[in-house]
Amino acid sequence: MAKVRVLVAKPGLDGHDRGAKVVARALRDAGFEVIYTGLRQTPEQIAEAALQEDVNVVAMSILSGAHPHLFPKVVNLLREKGMDDVLIIGGGVIPETDIPALKEAGIAEVFTPGTPTGDIVDFIKANVK
Amino acid sequence: MDIVEELLKGNRLALSRAITAIENEYDEAMDIMKKLYPHTGHAFVLGITGPPGAGKSTLTDKLARAYRAQGKTVGIIAIDPTSPFTGGAILGDRIRMNGLTMDEGVFIRSMGTRGSLGGLSHKTADAVKAMDAFGKDIIFVETVGVGQSEVDIVKAADTTMVVLIPGMGDDIQAIKAGILEIGDVFTINKADHDGADKLVREMNMMLDLDGLMTDWRPPIQKVIASQNEGITETIENIEKHFKYISENGILTKRRTERSKNEMLDVLHSNIGSYITNKLVETGKMDEYVEQIKARETDPYTVVSNVMKDMLK
Repeated sequence: MAKVRVLVAKPGLDGHDRGAKVVARALRDAGFEVIYTGLRQTPEQIAEAALQEDVNVVAMSILSGAHPHLFPKVVNLLREKGMDDVLIIGGGVIPETDIPALKEAGIAEVFTPGTPTGDIVDFIKANVK
Repeated sequence: MDIVEELLKGNRLALSRAITAIENEYDEAMDIMKKLYPHTGHAFVLGITGPPGAGKSTLTDKLARAYRAQGKTVGIIAIDPTSPFTGGAILGDRIRMNGLTMDEGVFIRSMGTRGSLGGLSHKTADAVKAMDAFGKDIIFVETVGVGQSEVDIVKAADTTMVVLIPGMGDDIQAIKAGILEIGDVFTINKADHDGADKLVREMNMMLDLDGLMTDWRPPIQKVIASQNEGITETIENIEKHFKYISENGILTKRRTERSKNEMLDVLHSNIGSYITNKLVETGKMDEYVEQIKARETDPYTVVSNVMKDMLK
C-alpha cells in the first residue's frame, strides 16, 4: 500500500517550469504521488514542504545557474529536520563539470537536458527508500 | 522515534509520519490511532468543496491567514484525484498556499483520493484526527474538485462550505440534488466575473424552495479570493454557523453520527479483510469463484454460508 511520494520543486528565481511539469507528469504516469509546489521556492520552503508531505523523493529543477548554492542548501535543511532517508535528485541546465560537487553534497543524481523521462522514473524506482 | 509521543509533544515530522502510516495502512496505524483518539475532539473541522477551478485552494489560503491573524493554529488537508489507471497523482493544491509553508502554526498535507469516489480519500478522517490530536484549532479539509454527487465531506466536517463560480449552468442546475444540498455556507468566488449576481439570485431561489429548511438559512457571500475581498464576511458566516450548530445540539448530533460512522467503517474494513484473508489462506476463494463461474452456486449463497461458518 506504500506509495512513492515525490516533491517536484523549482528553487530560485528562474521562471521556466516546463521541464518540471513534464517530469511531474511522467512521474504521475509512473504511479507516483507528485506534490508540485510551483515556481520560486526558497530552500527553506522546499524542505518544510517535504517534511509536511513526508515525501520519499525531492526532485528539483533549476535553469538559472544557482544550483551550486541552492541544491546543497536543501540537502542540509532536510538533514537538519531529520529527513535523512529522502532521495534528492536535480535537473535542469547544469554543466557536467558541476555534477561531481553536487553529488558530493548529497544530490543522488543529476539529469541534464535530453534525458528521457523514463530514466528518471527508473532511477527513482531503483534508489528510493 | 515514538511517533505518538513525539506527535503529542508537537513534533511536525512525527505528525507527518503518522499520516503516512495511516494513509499507507501500515501495521502500526491502528495502534497509532488507538493512542491518538483520546486526544481528539477539540478541533473545528471546516469542509471546503466545489467544482474544479472554483478557487478552493486560494480561498483556503486566505481563510487560513485570517484565522492565523486571530492566533488560531491551522491544519489543512488538501485532496486531489488519483489516476484510476496508473495510481499516480499530481497534488497541486500547495501551489496556492506557498505563503503558509514557513508559518509554524500551519501544517498542510496533500492526499490523493486513492480510489475513493466521494471527494475525499478513505483515510482523510483519520488524518484529520492526527492533526486534531496534534493540537490544531481549525482543520480545513479541501475536497477534490467535485461534480454533483461527491458529498462525503459532510460526514467529516462540522461546517461545510460550498464554493461556486459564475457561468457554470442555468437555474436548473441549482435545483438538482447533490452538492448544493450540503452547503452550510455558500461562497460565490470570482465575483468580479459576469453572472455573479444572477448566480446569487438562483441560489437564493433554490434556498427559498427548500422544504427541509431549518432555522439556519445558508448565507451566500460573494468573494474575490485572489484579492482578499469578502474573506472577513466569509469567516463571519462560518463562525455564525458554528455558533448555531453548537447552540442547537446539531454539532453534538453530527459528531455522534460521525462516531457511529467511524466505528462502522473500522468494523466493515476489518471484518471484510479478515474474511477475505481467511478465504485466500484456505484456498476457498478460488474454489468458490470457480463454482460461481460454472453456475453451480451463486455469490449470495456463498456469502451466506461463509458468514454462517465464520461469524458464529
